[in-house]
Amino acid sequence: MLKTSLRALWRDPEFKRGAREMVGPALGIAAWGLVTGVAMIKSGLSLAQALGMTVLVFAGSAQLAAMPLITAGAPLWVLLGTAFCVNLRFVIFSAQWRRYFGHLPRARRLTMGYFAGDLNFVNFVRRFPTPRVEAGQQAYFWGTVAVNWSAWQLASIAGVLMAEHIPSRWGLGFAGVLALLGMAYSLLNERVLWIVALVAATVSIAAYTLPLRLHIVVAILVAAAVGWWLDARKSRSDLHG
Amino acid sequence: MAESEVWLGIAGLAAVSVLTRGFFMLSDKPWPLPGWAREALKVAPLAALVAVIAPEVLMSQGELIGHWRDPRWPAVLAASAYYFWRRDILGTIVAGMALFLTLRLGLGW
Repeated sequence: MLKTSLRALWRDPEFKRGAREMVGPALGIAAWGLVTGVAMIKSGLSLAQALGMTVLVFAGSAQLAAMPLITAGAPLWVLLGTAFCVNLRFVIFSAQWRRYFGHLPRARRLTMGYFAGDLNFVNFVRRFPTPRVEAGQQAYFWGTVAVNWSAWQLASIAGVLMAEHIPSRWGLGFAGVLALLGMAYSLLNERVLWIVALVAATVSIAAYTLPLRLHIVVAILVAAAVGWWLDARKSRSDLHG
Repeated sequence: MAESEVWLGIAGLAAVSVLTRGFFMLSDKPWPLPGWAREALKVAPLAALVAVIAPEVLMSQGELIGHWRDPRWPAVLAASAYYFWRRDILGTIVAGMALFLTLRLGLGW
């Protein structure tokens, strides 16, 4: 039953289209996966842990952000809270996914959500710009997942295996920090956000000696408060100005 | 972190993936998003990334780096320059690591 439906999916033209349109961006995905794989080992995870994290967590930026926290022995809630914040963009995407897949049974739509990375979202919304349920959407979605997931996992596993043979003093784990830096830059699309970033950096360093890696939590809270205050002030002056 | 704690962390991170990616699909009924949450969604991811990055770049052993012969800050400058030139994250990593490895392996920083 499952086998025949998988075969039908494999032959579906929308599945093929979804897969084909993901091949170009998959190169970037693979490079990112490679960096993440190397960074996990170089941050001190064991081979089993790194492979387990790759396969189970399947979220590059959250994995990379988790590395310094795991290395430093941060408490679980700080680790998960930070990952949650880094992943908040997916929360925004999920509101949009709901308009396409919200009618499906819960287990099904949550499974689809789990496999939906950034590029699946970008490609899917380009293919189906109107947020309504249409034929072929699920097949297209799984086509994008098939390529994206495989590219990510293969590259990430390759990175994990390669990293074992690279001397630690090369400091290749720093590539993970640079990946996060690029990601942060890509979020800077408003002037207020530059100030938020500056505040987060300053507070994180100033509060670094706090126990339990709490400097991360304090930095997020202070930066969010400053962002909220600046936005509130801006919309007030827009109103009166 | 102890072996078992790391595995607990990995399991927790997997749960965070499911929770965040499926957030608005958890309930059968649609949830309205309050205004403050909308604001937090905009600011918190950036704040979290920068809060993790800054100490990794500018500190070692819990203190600000006191000498300039550290390959991290030139690597970040090169990476930043590349990003704002090309807006490409992959090239950003490559540019930064090229300088990083040159300084570390070539000059022994």
